[in-house]
Order: sequence, then structure tokens, then C-alpha cells
Amino acid sequence: MKRLGPGLILALVAGFAFLYLPILALIAYSFNASRLVTVWGGFSTHWYGALMRNEPLLDAAWLSLRLACVSATLATVLGTLAALALARHGRFRGRTLFSGMVLAPLVMPEVITGLSLLLLFVAAEIERGFWTVTIAHATFSLGFACIVIQARLVGFDRSLEEAAQDLGATPLMTFWTVTLPLIWPAVAAAWMLALTLSLDDLVIASFTTGPGATTLPMRLYSAVRLGVSPEINAACTLMIGAVAVAVIAASLLLKRERMAGADK
Amino acid sequence: MGQGTFAKRKASPGSVRRAFQPWNDPQARPLVEFRNVTKRFGPVTAVDGLSLSLYPREFFALLGPSGCGKTTLMRMLAGFERPDSGAILLDGVDITAVPPHLRPVNMMFQSYALFPHLSVADNIGYGLRREGLARPEIARRVAEMLALVKLEGLGARRPDQLSGGQRQRVALARSLAKRPKLLLLDEPMAALDRKLREATQFELMDLQSTLGTAFMVVTHDQDEAMTMADRMAVMDHGRLVQIGPPDVIYEAPVSRYVAEFVGDINVLEGRVSAVEGDLVRVESAVAGPLELDEDAPGFALGDTLLVGLRPEKIALSHDEPAQGLNKVRGEIWDIGYLGDVTMIQVMVGGEGGTLLKVALANRTRRIERPFAWDDAVWLSWDVEAGLALAP
Repeated sequence: MKRLGPGLILALVAGFAFLYLPILALIAYSFNASRLVTVWGGFSTHWYGALMRNEPLLDAAWLSLRLACVSATLATVLGTLAALALARHGRFRGRTLFSGMVLAPLVMPEVITGLSLLLLFVAAEIERGFWTVTIAHATFSLGFACIVIQARLVGFDRSLEEAAQDLGATPLMTFWTVTLPLIWPAVAAAWMLALTLSLDDLVIASFTTGPGATTLPMRLYSAVRLGVSPEINAACTLMIGAVAVAVIAASLLLKRERMAGADK
Repeated sequence: MGQGTFAKRKASPGSVRRAFQPWNDPQARPLVEFRNVTKRFGPVTAVDGLSLSLYPREFFALLGPSGCGKTTLMRMLAGFERPDSGAILLDGVDITAVPPHLRPVNMMFQSYALFPHLSVADNIGYGLRREGLARPEIARRVAEMLALVKLEGLGARRPDQLSGGQRQRVALARSLAKRPKLLLLDEPMAALDRKLREATQFELMDLQSTLGTAFMVVTHDQDEAMTMADRMAVMDHGRLVQIGPPDVIYEAPVSRYVAEFVGDINVLEGRVSAVEGDLVRVESAVAGPLELDEDAPGFALGDTLLVGLRPEKIALSHDEPAQGLNKVRGEIWDIGYLGDVTMIQVMVGGEGGTLLKVALANRTRRIERPFAWDDAVWLSWDVEAGLALAP
């Protein structure tokens, strides 16, 4: 193990402080007894209690969670199929175009994705609400899911699938009994990733939502415009917790899978 | 697998095996037929207009260097590759377009391809579950297969808890569990060490004669092919160069390629100087006049001809040998002691001539060797020892 000199440690601390001090401050102030956000009035969990009685905020959180689950599932299923096509079928006609189309939302500015989806929904006269946001979220998280699963499939031993078919499994049976059980950590990680992407998104949701479908980030953003209250800090702290759990779970799944791969 | 676990070869009398020659019987119905099969990968022709018949109960080996098309041929039989032209028949039924999961053919993969997420028993039972057999029947068949490959009691293990030899046995059991008409084995011994390989070869032969399943082994290892196979085929550039029992391939190779690929051979170039019935007289620049006994010479006076000589068929002596033999003078260039045999390189035709390899069997435990470096020696061989090969 290489030891870090004092200069490097200082740089490291400064870097992390820059990244995480705001978040730590937010978490700390969520336990502030004072109503004034920037004045410390002693420790209290009062604002968490208030949060639990804030019906509109709770409704928004519940909506966000349902929306994230549905869109993550949609994105994972489509992402798995796209990854299978890219990893399995070699150089099919239009492969570059296909992979570009799947992965483009990763680098597309959110404003553009949101606006174009809005225009599409308006033109198609689809009533905006829960399902339009779900479709929008699935669209942009599909690319992330595809990348995660494709990375797993690249190192996948094709002869395992051939062996299954040789033993009488149809291609579909082969997928259920051999391919999926072996790539499931990547699939689960992709789902977690899509879930957090959906939970975090403000811009695309704002463009594609309609009356009665206000997600948690949208609710928080509009509340902050009227002034930051410790209650918002409490809500954000809970969200940070949820996202952190999902991201850590995803990375643990991928790590476990890498270790399983190294065993072979 | 320990050394003691394999039984002495059971009564598989040589005479029975010798009588097993369905390929010479015009009445015999082939199990597998390749009819003029061609397979290309882009600009590369992997298999080139190949025709081949395999018979029930046959142990067949496909031998060739890597890239000769032998693996492609096997994968076409398993259904993983579709021929560009030609047909493949199994039991008289055209299976060219049948997908792999509907073919009564099973394959043992070179990497074994054991399912890492399933136990040994579930691996072996995988094909039986796909057939929709009842649970007790599957359990019974799995136990039977475990006993067959001597892995009783290891059914609950995972593949990564097994040794290389055990994994190979699981792969074998899994591919035999469905009782296929034909078992394909892709380099089955490649991952085993030498001692284990030898024992496993004999076990595989035992298993094959017990089960009566036709086996087709793909290998680049000639010892493996010769030990196990009833018949073997040598492939080169997508074509079958020669097909026949191992002893025929070794003693009567049809070309220099086969002669050099299967075993060691010395090659002397010469010109036909006389043909008297079966006897061909050859004038060699380095070795002088030689005589060959060839059944069907097909060579005319003045033709260039290659004389092939297996190292073990040459005798070495200090004194000039008796009349009636081919004999050449030479000087010992190098001696390689291998334990069972000693390989001696002899330069004939003086410096810049041709080096001939001679294999001497070490029949006694004498340490002092009868031959030494730089000895002047006589090489001699019978008229029947030399092979006439086309240049």
C-alpha cells in the first residue's frame, strides 16, 4: 500500500469537502430545532415529524417511488434486450446506428430530451401525467441499463448457452435457465441505477408531467422557491439516504459479480 | 480421479474390435453422413466440399492442426453452424436445418461449459429436465450417470468445488445423460495433465464400448486420436486428406502431409531408376541406391519420388549389415536419450547432407551406450520399411 504525503491528504480533504460539505450541512440543518435555516438552535427531529404530516409532500414522494419502480423495470427489460442484441448478434446491419440511438440519451442535454418528449406527447395528443413521465424516464435510463448489462455480457462464455441448447433447451429456455441467472447481478444493478436516475430527475419530469402528477423533486423545487425550510432539509436527507442505499447496493452487486467472474 | 479408480480394460478382445469394420461393409447403414458439405466464414473456406460417413458404435477421431476446419465440422454436426451447401444426415434423416436443441446429438465442450450456478447433479440433469422427465426418473438417471463416471457422492457440489479431472467427468456425464446417438467431444483431454490424460483415454474407450454410443473426437493430439479411435481422419484446409484405422494412417500415409503430421518421418528425395514388379529402385543423391517394396507404385522411370522412413524402422550398426537390406553410411550428429527410446540424428551424404532420425528402443538397463557422438555408423532398413510419397 502506498502512503499518501501530507500535501496529497490535504488535497484529498479539500476535494471531498468541496463535494460533500454542502450535503453534510444540509443533513446537519435538517436536525436543527430553529425555524431559521442558517441559525443553529439545538438538535431536534421536529422537522421529520412535520414532514410526516405534510400530505402534499408525502403524496409526491409516493408518486415518485411508484414512477421510479415502473420506469426502472421498463428500462431494465428494454436495456437487457438492447444489450443482448448488441453483445450477441455481432455486426448486424445498422448496429452502429442502433447502439448510437440507445446510448444517445446519456449525453443528450436533459432540456432537449424533455422538450422533445413534450412536443411528441403534445403532437400525439397524449394526456400528460404519470405515464408520460414514466415513459420519459424509461427512455433516458434505458441507455444506462444497457451499458451496465452489456459489460456483463461481453465477458459471458457463449459455450454455456450452446451447451444448454445442445442439451435440448430452446433459445428462450436457455435465456431463462442459463443466461439470466448468470447476469442477474448486472440486471439488478441496472434496475437500481435506473431507479435512482428516475428519483433524482427534475428537468425531464417537469417537461413531461401534467396536472396531478407532481414528483418529489418537483414539489421540493417549488417549495424552495418560496424559501428553504428545515422541513425541506429533512425531506432531502431522506432522499439522499434512499439514493445512497440504492447506489451502494448496485455497486456491491457488480463487485460481487466481478469476484464471481474472477473465480472462474 | 486416482490411478486406482479405473478398472482394467474389460473383455474387449482385440479380435472383436478388429472385426468391427462397418466402413468396409457395403450393407452397413451410416449413422452420420456429410454430403459434399461446404462452410465459409467470409473469405475463409473452413470446410470444403467434404463427404464423410460415421457408423453406429464407431469411435471416430478427427485430427488436424488448428484452423483445419475440424471444429467447424463438429459444430455443424451439433447444429451451431449451418453449412453453406451440402447436407448432413443423421440416421438417414436430413438434419441440416434442424436447430441444436432438437438434434439427438450431444457435445462435450472443450471448456466443459458447466453451468456455474447449478450443482453437479443439476448440471447432469439439465438435459433430462428439458425433456420433461419426472423428478424421480431424473434423480435415478443422474445417480446412474454419477456412478458411470465414478463421482458418486459429489452431486451436491458446485463446479468450482471440483478438480479439473472431476469437472471433465461431470461434463462427460452431462453430455451422456440424454443417451445421445452420437457424442461429440471437442478436445476432451486438452485441460488435463499428461498422466491423467492417458488414464482418461482408456476409460473413455471403455465407456464407449460399454454404452455403444458412437463417439466423434476432435483433437490436434495424434497420440490421443491413435489410442482411442477405431478410425481417424486427417484434415487439412477444410478437406479430408486421409481416413482409416490408425495403423493404416501411420504405416501407409497417402501424402507427405499425413506422414509428417502423424508421427515422425525422415524424407529422402530420389529418382526412380528401375521398376521390377513390386520393387522400385530409387537413386538418391545423398543416400545412393535404395529399394522400396510398394504394392501399387504408379511411378515411372525418371520420376522424382520421396522416400519416407519412420525413425523406429531404421537399424543402426557399426559394422556393415548383411546383404538384401537398404544400407547407408553416416555419422552420428546428435544423441537424445528419452528413457524409453534414444533418438539419434545421423548425417548421411557427408557434411551438408541429410539428417536422419533413428529411434532405438532401450531394451536393457545398460548405462553405457553402444553409440557415441561422431561415430561412423551404418543405417539399414528392410525394403518394406520405406514409403513412396509423391513430392
